[in-house]
Amino acid sequence: MKKRSKAVLVPLVEIAHARSGDKGDTANVGLIARKAEHYPVLVREVTAARVRRHFKGIITGPVERFELPNLRALNFLLHGALDGGGTISLKTDAQGKVFSTALLRLRIKVPSSR
Amino acid sequence: MKNTTVRVAGAQGFWGDWLEAPYRQLVGGPVDYLMLDYLAEVTMSIMQKQKSRDPALGYAKDFIPLMERILPELVARKVKVTTNAGGVNPRACAEAVAAAARKLGLAGKLIIGVVTGDDLLGRLDQLLAAGHALANLDTGRPLSDVRSKIRSANAYLGAAPVVDALRQGADIVITGRVTDTGLTLGPLMHEFGWRADDWDRLAAGTVAGHTIECGAQASGGNDLADWGRVPDLANVGYPIVEARADGTFAIVKHPRTGGKISVAGVTEQLVYEMGDPHSYITPDCVADFTSIRLKQKGKDRVEFSEIKGKPATDKYKVSCAYFYGYKAVGTLVYAWPDAYRKARAADQILRKRMKDLGLSFEAVLTEFVGVDATHGPLAGPPAPDLAEVQLRVGVRAPDQAPVERFTREIAPLILNGPPTVTGFAGGRPKPEEIVAYWPALLDKREVTASVDLVRV
Repeated sequence: MKKRSKAVLVPLVEIAHARSGDKGDTANVGLIARKAEHYPVLVREVTAARVRRHFKGIITGPVERFELPNLRALNFLLHGALDGGGTISLKTDAQGKVFSTALLRLRIKVPSSR
Repeated sequence: MKNTTVRVAGAQGFWGDWLEAPYRQLVGGPVDYLMLDYLAEVTMSIMQKQKSRDPALGYAKDFIPLMERILPELVARKVKVTTNAGGVNPRACAEAVAAAARKLGLAGKLIIGVVTGDDLLGRLDQLLAAGHALANLDTGRPLSDVRSKIRSANAYLGAAPVVDALRQGADIVITGRVTDTGLTLGPLMHEFGWRADDWDRLAAGTVAGHTIECGAQASGGNDLADWGRVPDLANVGYPIVEARADGTFAIVKHPRTGGKISVAGVTEQLVYEMGDPHSYITPDCVADFTSIRLKQKGKDRVEFSEIKGKPATDKYKVSCAYFYGYKAVGTLVYAWPDAYRKARAADQILRKRMKDLGLSFEAVLTEFVGVDATHGPLAGPPAPDLAEVQLRVGVRAPDQAPVERFTREIAPLILNGPPTVTGFAGGRPKPEEIVAYWPALLDKREVTASVDLVRV
């Protein structure tokens, strides 16, 4: 069994960047580790369930997650995120452009040796 | 093989992008093609509306003066153009460009290729009768549910007809609904002689196209990774694909331009509007974004390699636009002190009045700009001493009447609601028709792309 190292709570914005966009009523958020050693941390901590909880009250549908280890990125699909999406939506962010930094507010456990 | 490298320059990322970009891409250094992407999901319905008023319209009008400006240089430098500026009327767009070219004394010096066959509006009933449900990809509803409200219907064509046009000698290829990526892949297939079943190379050209299809979003614009350190965005260089026959390519930009080509910034563009990264489906192939290898090779140069693709599917994606209803958005700005409290009070008053008037809406959405409009409750409680808050209320309904009445309820709040309110200089908001997007699939054999030439 691996030795448990000390962990600190860090907002994602410190170790990752992101870009988001829309497809209909679904927002996608591509979450990218700034350093290679942080990609496994993202994979472990930023689960689809965790992201669904983070956006509670903001999105109405499920969250899907895809892994892109080659780009040290995770892609999230946030369904029911845009009040109908596109031209139907009444939201300022009808095209999901700033879901990126909304996700980067999430605080996750990162090994303190970082 | 005709060329060892081919340079395709991204010059417009959407209808409304920077008007200076195409000229700068043309004269800033060597390029072989300019690629101009104009079409977003509902753009076609706007163009259809323009065409119904005037049969000579229905394309991106901005494209004509833009071409007027660059045509002499384009001809002198033998640079070609691929664009979907043709919208729902590529032929009229081509004729307008041809007329502009003749005025500039370029008669005999240009061939324009026109790609059509994507427009399905006139064939919808026949397709439905033949059993093609054109079911909504998101909801599963059959198109027959909204048939009478359909305003436009177009198949997303791929690179094949662009290649055809280039093979027939076109210098400028003007299309209707061709995919953004097909406008970049087409030139690469043509120049390198890539076969239509060379899936890895087609996937590489598709990834190249995806990378430059949003213009400067790949060269330092909207770059979250290090935006404070991106140099000279005022002078931003748009991205250029420098492709080789083996399917590897670099993303670069012209020297002496601003912006930045970095692995971090390019990665942001790669994940933009992404679905399942294993299957990025286009009419040409299915690209696997988990295969892409990126490497920074010096300043402002990112190399792409090892891209893998899978066979194309037997369907075209179809994009329909249908009339949905009406909406309007009203805003007012409340100033310190108690800006947020005043804005909330105004919202309550507005809602009470609409209820008393018996107005019925499908949705009413209130946002407080400065507090929760972008990140909702994730933003946490606002600072107690905000300088101002913008109240932003949107309504949506199937009928115009309640939306129209709502637009008359905003201004009165200035004099009969909470104090220190301003920001109504734009006047009463206007009810807006909602034309919504309906994505569907259709068997490829139902669609035939065709190419004809306009000789200037």
